Amino acid sequence: MLQTLPLPTRLWFAWVCFFRVLFDGGFASAAWAARGAAPALPAAPAPPSPLPPTLASTVAPEPVRALQLLSLLQREGRLVDFLQQDITTFPDADVGAAARVVHDGCRKALRAHATIEPVRSEDEGARVVLNEGFAPDDVRLTGNVGGQPPYAGVLRHRGWRATRLDLPQLMAGHDAHVLAPAEVELP
Amino acid sequence: MTRYAVGIDLGTTHTTLAVAPLEGDPAPPEVLSIPQRVSQGQIEAQPLLPSFLYFAHASEGPQALPWDAERTFVVGEYARARGVDAPARVIASAKSWLSHPTVDRRAGILPLGAPEDIEKISPVETSWRYLEHLVEAFDARFGGGDASLTQQDVVITVPASFDASARELTVEAALAAGIEKLTLLEEPQAALYAWTLGMGDAWRRQIAPGDVVLVVDVGGGTTDFSVIAAVDKDGALDLVRVAVGDHILLGGDNMDLALAHLVRQKLEAEGKAVDRWQQVSLVHACRVAKERLLSDASLASAPIAIASRGSALLGATLRTELTRDEVTRNIVDGFFPSVAGDARPTTRARAGLTQLGLPYASDPAVTRHLAAFLARQSGALSRLEGISRRSAGEPGERAPRLLAPTAVLFNGGVMKADPLRHRLVETLDAWLAADGAPPVRVLEGADLDLAVARGACAYALVRRGKGLRIRGGTARAYYVGIEGAVPAVPGLDPPITALCVAPFGMEEGTEAALPPHELGVVVGEAVRFRFFGSSVRRDDKAGDALDEWKPGELEEQPPIEVTLPAVGRREGDVVPVRLRSRVTEVGTLLIEAEPLRPLHADERWRVELSVRAG
Repeated sequence: MLQTLPLPTRLWFAWVCFFRVLFDGGFASAAWAARGAAPALPAAPAPPSPLPPTLASTVAPEPVRALQLLSLLQREGRLVDFLQQDITTFPDADVGAAARVVHDGCRKALRAHATIEPVRSEDEGARVVLNEGFAPDDVRLTGNVGGQPPYAGVLRHRGWRATRLDLPQLMAGHDAHVLAPAEVELP
Repeated sequence: MTRYAVGIDLGTTHTTLAVAPLEGDPAPPEVLSIPQRVSQGQIEAQPLLPSFLYFAHASEGPQALPWDAERTFVVGEYARARGVDAPARVIASAKSWLSHPTVDRRAGILPLGAPEDIEKISPVETSWRYLEHLVEAFDARFGGGDASLTQQDVVITVPASFDASARELTVEAALAAGIEKLTLLEEPQAALYAWTLGMGDAWRRQIAPGDVVLVVDVGGGTTDFSVIAAVDKDGALDLVRVAVGDHILLGGDNMDLALAHLVRQKLEAEGKAVDRWQQVSLVHACRVAKERLLSDASLASAPIAIASRGSALLGATLRTELTRDEVTRNIVDGFFPSVAGDARPTTRARAGLTQLGLPYASDPAVTRHLAAFLARQSGALSRLEGISRRSAGEPGERAPRLLAPTAVLFNGGVMKADPLRHRLVETLDAWLAADGAPPVRVLEGADLDLAVARGACAYALVRRGKGLRIRGGTARAYYVGIEGAVPAVPGLDPPITALCVAPFGMEEGTEAALPPHELGVVVGEAVRFRFFGSSVRRDDKAGDALDEWKPGELEEQPPIEVTLPAVGRREGDVVPVRLRSRVTEVGTLLIEAEPLRPLHADERWRVELSVRAG
């Protein structure tokens, strides 16, 4: 929003410009270019690219860390046992009992090894406004996606962000692909 | 150069370490994260190092740590976990074995019932291994050299009820681990230091001269009571530890086992069997359910689900629940019953053939143990100067039957539960009211899990003049038993005279007066004397000889032993000696035999506190 300058300032500025246009070539050409143009705005941030420019920039996956996490959740909460079993034929009471084992153990393991916080602090269902420049990794637009920011919408899911992940160190030579060793009991 | 103050809580179930710099800006003690094996091949740093030791089988390969690739045993979380799968290869509760009065604590006895391929180790060595792990973890973090844990000011805590030999063995373990600058501190005192640290200067508004603070420390395996009095000394506040309780092997583990037993019966009544492996999960699940019910008064019950051992979860998981009523009946009423002040713990007569095992308390009621402690220590303030007491014996007023605390400080994980704290305070207040004393205040605001290590670290700073120090000295007087020279009568023990060699309340770095009595020892032979301790006889001086005492006043300790080397003397000669006792700077009792006619100045021999089986 540009204000109209007061008359004394305009008189002074016209006087300065007269001499600078006459003697300062750079200023003269800039004034010439600005003569019919729209007032300049602060530079807008480059719109974030929806796709990485090339595949080369993707982060190399760390299968060992992922295997360690699975192993941890299996050890503390029997997650792999739970997911590997076919649960369709079991009554809900059995599923519920097993879910308690998995939930208690995995929750404890997750809390000990990671800090997980909501991405948005508002309640779900609240009206939120996204200004230009919001991080597309943080917020995904759904519904009638289109138009220009600011966007006004309803928060449907708060999102989750891991702010910390500490996994155990792996000793050299340990096979991380073994998520849980087989157990053989000697009589 | 010493750079850090370090406090170590060498606990029955967990070990923790807190550290603070000695130079520069004062910083609160930081609890060290201790790298340890958490599963096969994985290492993680955690603030608690479970006090478990696992002997890996040769088939498992080396149990490498970042600082040792060849290790064959494991200390910490993975050792605890293996206690479920392979219990015969795991040592637990080494600290209770270290204070076991009737086993040889330097002999390889642990793990009990270990298979042949394991070379058993002693309770002392087990503690040494835990401390060694701390040294290695500390040095890995701080770089070793003059920052090595072995070179720092280290305070290790022991239960107040640890006797002279258990303290000495703790020091022995620390020295073996290379810790050189060492001091012992009683755990309840550490809890109070941690509390003052947490309160900042505000604590002086909560404790005034005349206050008597009861520290109730209920941990995983032991219950420990201490009383610390605040007195006025030349216009300044002074803290004096005036009484400590007996060593009681009773704690949170007993409570979890009691609940697991109950839940197991419920499951079995439904026709569901619980195997040995599930029993361990059951105890753990009961602990979680108990903590949930005790911390949230709105819950009527907490679910318990126990997975089977195989990979199938569904259809094999046992499901039941623990109700509030069951927790109230079994834990609150079972372990903290509302009893009168004259209640005493029941003692079970020991069977003729006692199995080798730990001397667990036979009465689970913490409140009954507390009543017995306060009654036994009712005269604890009698010799204390600078404290105003309710005078006993005034017309129309009888002497109080119990030592009357004015404030309570809780410590240990069990006492985090509000219903248990409430029940204990309520019971204590009823006893005090019956004695005409005002109710107690609860000193709030300590982290009950990590307080002891933090408080020990604070004490290392206090020893350098940074803060108020709790005085108190030894919590017992010590006596040598001398058998009277009378004709032997079958079935009758010869009368014993108890000669006081160390009075109650000897401070660190002080020496007791040399008693006038002479004892004869044979050159070149190990001579044993019976040894007694008393936590209630405060007036005996070194050299006092007791011919009689009230029942329970003196407790027999493992015997002491002196060996006179034959250097300069003839073997078999009887040499008259006198026994002098000293409390070292470390905090252990040292008894020395001084010959009446020394061969050279300062000739003394050390008298060993025996740690062998009686």
